[in-house]
Amino acid sequence: MPEQSSSAVRFEAAVLPHLPAAYNLARWLVRNDQDAEDVVQEAYLRAFKFFGGYRGGESRTWLLTIVRNTCYSWLQRNRSRELTDSIDETHEDAIIDFGNPELRLVQSTDAQMVRAALTELPLEFREVMVMRELEELSYKEIAGIADLPIGTVMSRLARGRKRLHSLLATRMGIETKGGAA
Amino acid sequence: MTCQETGLLMHALADGELDLTKSLEMEAHLRECQSCARAQKEIHGLSNLMKDSSLRFTPSPTFEKRLRSAVRRETKEKPTNAKWWRWSMAAASLAVVVLAAWAIVVILNRPSSDTLVAQEVVSSHVRSLMAQHLTDVPSSDQHTVKPWFDGKLDFSPPVKDLKEQGFELKGGRLDYIDSRPVAALVYQRRQHLINVFVWPAKSGSKSTAQASVSQGYNLIRWTNSGMEWWAISDLNLAELQQFAQLLQS
Repeated sequence: MPEQSSSAVRFEAAVLPHLPAAYNLARWLVRNDQDAEDVVQEAYLRAFKFFGGYRGGESRTWLLTIVRNTCYSWLQRNRSRELTDSIDETHEDAIIDFGNPELRLVQSTDAQMVRAALTELPLEFREVMVMRELEELSYKEIAGIADLPIGTVMSRLARGRKRLHSLLATRMGIETKGGAA
Repeated sequence: MTCQETGLLMHALADGELDLTKSLEMEAHLRECQSCARAQKEIHGLSNLMKDSSLRFTPSPTFEKRLRSAVRRETKEKPTNAKWWRWSMAAASLAVVVLAAWAIVVILNRPSSDTLVAQEVVSSHVRSLMAQHLTDVPSSDQHTVKPWFDGKLDFSPPVKDLKEQGFELKGGRLDYIDSRPVAALVYQRRQHLINVFVWPAKSGSKSTAQASVSQGYNLIRWTNSGMEWWAISDLNLAELQQFAQLLQS
């Protein structure tokens, strides 16, 4: 009888397929390859410890919750400054500044610029943007993973989009000026 | 619905998170309000832009490998030390083996074919090693083993002593294969036990030896002098073939 218990087999089958999602989220949260790998590995080992408490259901969101928590503990230990830049939840216009002539140019923005702009977003916005736009999770799933009310998910997403939009617009404005000069 | 009310709902609409009523209200508003319609388009545009920018990071294959082995290591260390757990695991695996043996017997009730017989031979062989029931008549003397079958079978199996050739006769027992009682002769080559199953062939035809492998065991079957023969062992094929040759000669 090999030592590999049946729960270990079940665990591997449940969480290993979600490695791409886990890594992508961690990579966007800690913003560095090496750190993301460390965090994901730690998250997987933690996940195995908690696996007894996993009662079926969506294993992806279950795993991503642990990955996100592990990322936050890691940031707390290593880059606590990033966590203390808390955002103002109270008031910010969520509607995108439409009608700006530069915005139409967004369509031709190159991928590198979008990547850089998303990387610059504050953590709170970045994570909901990544979960929604890249992992295509629902508001409810995001709320579960990030332990937030759905309303907060919605407003962070709206404000994240607005910020990303204006970051891109600014960059393009700079580029345009640079090109003109 | 006014432009002031649409703020967050604009995003929920783009994300497909609104219920039907709210969606219809929003869509009605977007048809009338050009600036909100443009904002909605911008949200979609931004989403598509993000999707098109290949923003996802993918784990490197080396990391994936490293992670797998880390998980393996972790999950292997974990099995609890509690004795009852080990015992229950042992009991569970025994139950699985018994169940598997039972399942095989059930499967073998289907119409017989060589494969099914081969499976039966393998099971009998395994059982004989497992259940401390290798022989009914433990003897290395062919003149003891052969008469023992008298009255127990409706045929008299040929029993050969091959000790000088390195295959020591260990004894015989009754077994049941292919829906009939058969003679099982046990030989030993060094540490390897060989079960030879013999029963009258159905056709009476003579066929040459055929070798096969099942569950890690080597099997050789042939028909000779009106008997169906099956030899099975964990012995290597070359030596088992030599053994089969000796029995046929």
